[in-house]
Amino acid sequence: MTIRIAAETPWYELFSRGARDWLRHNQKVRAAVRESLPELLAGADLISRPGNRTVAVPVKFLEHARFRLLDAQTQTGAGQGKGEPGDVLRPAREEGDPQGRSGGIGNGEIRFVVELKIDEIVDWLWEELKLPELKPKRAATLDEPDYVREGWDKRGARSRLDRRRTLKEAAKRHAVQDDAVAIINDDLRFRQLHRRAMPATNAAVIFALDVSGSMDEAQRRLAKQFFFFALHGIRRQYAKVETLFLAHAAQAWEFDESQFFQASSSGGTVSSSVARLALDVLQHRYDPSRYNGYFFYASDGENAAEDRDAARGALGELAGLVSYAGYVETGGGATFRPRETQLAELFGELKAKGHPVGVSRLGSQDDVWRAIREFFTGQAADD
Amino acid sequence: MTELDEYVGRIESLAQRQGLDYYPVDFELAPQSLMTEIAVYGLPIRMPHWSFGVRYIHQLVRQSMGHSKIFEVMFPGDPCRAFLMDTNSLAENALVAAHVVGHADFSKNNQLFARFHEMAGGNIVEKAAAHAHRIQQAIDAAGLERVEAVLDAALALESHLDVGGELHRGRYPEFIAEKTTPRPTSFQKHFQQLPGASEPQAVPLGLNLGPQRTRVPPHPEYDLLWFIANYAPDLEQWERDIFLAVRAESLYFYPVFACQIMNEGWASYWHARLLREADFLPQQTYLAAIKAHSDVVRPFASGEETALAINPYHLGFTLWEHIVERHGLARAREVMREEDDFGFIRNYLDRDLAGELDLFVYEVRQGDEIRVANRDLEAVREAILAPKFNFGAPRVAAVELKPDGGLVLAHEHSSDGRGLDAARAKKVLEYTRRAWRRPVHLHTVNDRGEPIELAA
Repeated sequence: MTIRIAAETPWYELFSRGARDWLRHNQKVRAAVRESLPELLAGADLISRPGNRTVAVPVKFLEHARFRLLDAQTQTGAGQGKGEPGDVLRPAREEGDPQGRSGGIGNGEIRFVVELKIDEIVDWLWEELKLPELKPKRAATLDEPDYVREGWDKRGARSRLDRRRTLKEAAKRHAVQDDAVAIINDDLRFRQLHRRAMPATNAAVIFALDVSGSMDEAQRRLAKQFFFFALHGIRRQYAKVETLFLAHAAQAWEFDESQFFQASSSGGTVSSSVARLALDVLQHRYDPSRYNGYFFYASDGENAAEDRDAARGALGELAGLVSYAGYVETGGGATFRPRETQLAELFGELKAKGHPVGVSRLGSQDDVWRAIREFFTGQAADD
Repeated sequence: MTELDEYVGRIESLAQRQGLDYYPVDFELAPQSLMTEIAVYGLPIRMPHWSFGVRYIHQLVRQSMGHSKIFEVMFPGDPCRAFLMDTNSLAENALVAAHVVGHADFSKNNQLFARFHEMAGGNIVEKAAAHAHRIQQAIDAAGLERVEAVLDAALALESHLDVGGELHRGRYPEFIAEKTTPRPTSFQKHFQQLPGASEPQAVPLGLNLGPQRTRVPPHPEYDLLWFIANYAPDLEQWERDIFLAVRAESLYFYPVFACQIMNEGWASYWHARLLREADFLPQQTYLAAIKAHSDVVRPFASGEETALAINPYHLGFTLWEHIVERHGLARAREVMREEDDFGFIRNYLDRDLAGELDLFVYEVRQGDEIRVANRDLEAVREAILAPKFNFGAPRVAAVELKPDGGLVLAHEHSSDGRGLDAARAKKVLEYTRRAWRRPVHLHTVNDRGEPIELAA
């Protein structure tokens, strides 16, 4: 009788069957998460931490179902040890302790969290919602000079030395020379850069938020979610996306992303202020001939009556410049409105004139997806 | 030759002198990673399925917390294959080798093991690897999704087979065997006709339509894997192979499942006895081995005074010691040959022994409170055996094929005592439907005992 210890790498070390099946399980979990993504994400606070490119979604292990009996009214089992009939072996759970003893690491409970990349989520959503790809403005696909790698030379900056290529040259020389030196200057090859005209794929996205007293916390949250997905939808399409955050009440200011959603003001609502500011920024910083401009505006729609004409003019100009302008009206779902708000009316007019404009209402979480879908399908159809 | 080699050789010759009779054992030292996989898959190489991945993670966590240590795994067969953990100490491995020899003796001689060995041959490890290989080929040809769908169904139903049946089983006969009317005996002839009555008229048999086709299934069919493999409409050959492969592996596991207490007890009895007689072991090694033995057969976790599960090693070991002491080794071997756990517990766990072991039945009440319910012998036996009936699965049979090809399953709620968990059952029906490709129905009862029909 002999006990074998294999001389070579034994078969079972070649790969881990357990890990293989575990990875497959995780794939299935991701697929399952993906199917219920819109519901899962509705509650998640997605842009509260800018720069964080993943979301963690807590999930359960998948269960491979078997036929199983219903739980008996009183479960019984066999045990061993001292004790008289009626003795309590384990006291009942305390009230208000819903987790009970089954929770906690002590019993082998494993918490399982799926990390999803934001980009992946947006990709899935686009598939799930069957959203069309954005179409850049034709005028904006301008050629823009850029450096590209092209060809090799014997001279160049050290940082652009192509090692593989250099060794190849050396190898060729070794093949014909006896007693060759390892590498000589003649073998060196450097990558060269040339200027080539490249199509521009830039976008400038302007988010405008009404922060007047009438916009409450819940309405801002909805606007924030909408902006988040709108932004990522645009990021899918363009190599370079510039974002700009404008908030306004009676006046408009530019903010950075981290402060944008905290901004608030008690003043009245003057929409023309933000439209003017947006126009100004677009014209001066993001040359409309090189950038695809997007303007998203969230407000409760109650603009000051005396601002109507100024707003109409400014928004009209803006709509002519951008690839797409989207207006979402928050808070509309719950409150009864006898008539259309002034801003809804104004955007409606622009749309009727044939400008690429979308109008949607955000009453609740569910509306975010509907609004996203409307904007992106609308944008593709307009083009 | 290593020390372990030498010990194993001497333990084996000791065992043979004690009358243990077994197929040769092929020992192999294996690393933790393989032992973990064997514990998860049940076999060293088995078909891939995501559900094993979940068990794998749970097993890794248990191991990392020190709740689970695997010393050895042994696959009965000819030869038997034993995997010993390569981190076992020499003493542990001496013990484990003796333990394995006990299993080998058990699996050759126990009638249940012997019957399955006869049907399936003694090389399950190789067969399972071949199944896994074929399934991999199917994945390459048909794609992972399709193969997985078949495995979802087959593995979900893996306990639903007829453990009294044959491994290789043909289809139902196509036609009902014609009843041959036996020639009337003179006795019948004499009394068929009362004196004075007229000659009985031949009863018209109706139209003779020739031989009648068998109804499928002709009787409630519990061997669901076999039934699906043979009667699912439009099942492809590779799908059929998967169902039959799962069935063959599952049948192999049955004796291990149904004799766990006896088998672990028998192996523990023999490792203890062989070590006691192994005078060639150095004192230190012997002490370490006996220490490992008492860890294996102790009834409670350390520091505890009660256990809510009975350690099969402990129970089996105590029962066998008792039987050998009272009736002698020859009688013990007879019991080992003839019984499975049901007979073993019912016939040999007596009042004295149950009292000595402090066995009881507990009840889980509201708020997960657990109380000792009673120490009644009958109740204790049934509580031990309850999870073992019918391969631990509810009794579900195929009862009918609908005209549209749909399959009707029925759950025997009266014998199981209650209905099925509807959500899980529905899932299983969905798995099954994908293989059956027609609607699948299931009759069971709900928590109020009212009949319900689930469908997918």
